[in-house]
Amino acid sequence: MEVTLNGKKTELPEAISNLTQLLTHYKLEDKVVIVEVNGEIIDKSKHEDRSIEAGDQIELVHFVGGG
Amino acid sequence: MIEKGAFTLNNRYSRQELFTPIGKEGQEKLAKKHVLIIGAGALGTGNVENLVRAGVGKITIVDRDYVEFSNLQRQQLYVESDATERIPKAIAAEKCLKEINSEVEVVGKVMDVTKEELEQMTPGVDLIIDSTDNFDTRLLINDIAQKHNIPWIYGACVSSYGLSYTIIPGKTPCLNCLLETVPLGGATCDTVGIISPAVQMVVAYQTTEALKLLVDDEKALRGKLVCFDLWKNEHTSIKVDGVKKSDCKSCGSEPTYPYLSYENQTKSSVLCGRNTVQIRPPKRLERDLDQLVETLSTQGGEVEQNPYLVSYTIGEQRMVFFRDGRVLVHGTNDIAEAKTLYHRILG
Repeated sequence: MEVTLNGKKTELPEAISNLTQLLTHYKLEDKVVIVEVNGEIIDKSKHEDRSIEAGDQIELVHFVGGG
Repeated sequence: MIEKGAFTLNNRYSRQELFTPIGKEGQEKLAKKHVLIIGAGALGTGNVENLVRAGVGKITIVDRDYVEFSNLQRQQLYVESDATERIPKAIAAEKCLKEINSEVEVVGKVMDVTKEELEQMTPGVDLIIDSTDNFDTRLLINDIAQKHNIPWIYGACVSSYGLSYTIIPGKTPCLNCLLETVPLGGATCDTVGIISPAVQMVVAYQTTEALKLLVDDEKALRGKLVCFDLWKNEHTSIKVDGVKKSDCKSCGSEPTYPYLSYENQTKSSVLCGRNTVQIRPPKRLERDLDQLVETLSTQGGEVEQNPYLVSYTIGEQRMVFFRDGRVLVHGTNDIAEAKTLYHRILG
């Protein structure tokens, strides 16, 4: 399915159907990540329940420590 | 030394004054402001150089480390001799900055930032810029900024990725709201590296927000969490206002400033990307470096000294002793091993 991820059209593997799977796919499951879907921030506790639809605009911002 | 009056003729800030949102009025405001920059690494050197050139009245820059060759690829104020002589970053930065703009009062401080130092340094500060490499210090900055009502600008980067957010007490969510939990481990400059454009991009965001705040143009602030990956050609910013928590312990209605409490402060820490452990004595002290050199000379190994620190190499191990009591143990990420070495030398 195609979504817009951080501003880029991205084809996601079939197996990804919710936000938890998406974060795992991008190896972000252990990071502190802010997830926004279609303009709405999705709380971490709801990632597993939040399904991803084709055409969703998803923004992932993960915090890093370097500097 | 050029006389003050000559600067007007030099027209040093003419191009910045021509920029309408700053103008002459903004330039005068800049000259009256005091900015505190925590960290003089990649982000710190970028931010401080911009602000010194821009003519901010006073800038204090603090760092606990010294210059190494692996810094030179991206830490823009340092030169090879700084690395060869292991000059503390705050000292090397201050020297370079004073040559860039003698009109600005630049204060470089070689110190590890804890609650004590922050409490001492923050009175009179208009803005804090985060240029650290760890979340411990950022959460400390976050609490002190909330407590004293000082805006601060978070910035971080690794690899070709970076992000920034401007935190205004009483208005925006704070870092504690955004993080919920302190990130542990993860990618560091050591494991995945970093390219300098990623640093400069974060610096551009931080310095620009700083200028807006310093000339009191708050309505021009970005208001969003911004992130990018220069190599992957990604760029995004999201509105995080809704993340502000009314019961946040740092910025909520009944704050306790948890990261200012003793229990939450790190006494030993692994330095990002350095394979190095820092050990800090429980109390600040003034280490007698000459006496230390005498002691170490009798133990075998190689001892080197400059006015700020003593470096001691024995076999595979290298330790660096700072005047303020801190010790860096190189060649390990293991705090216990580092402490063993520390106690072996210092008892």
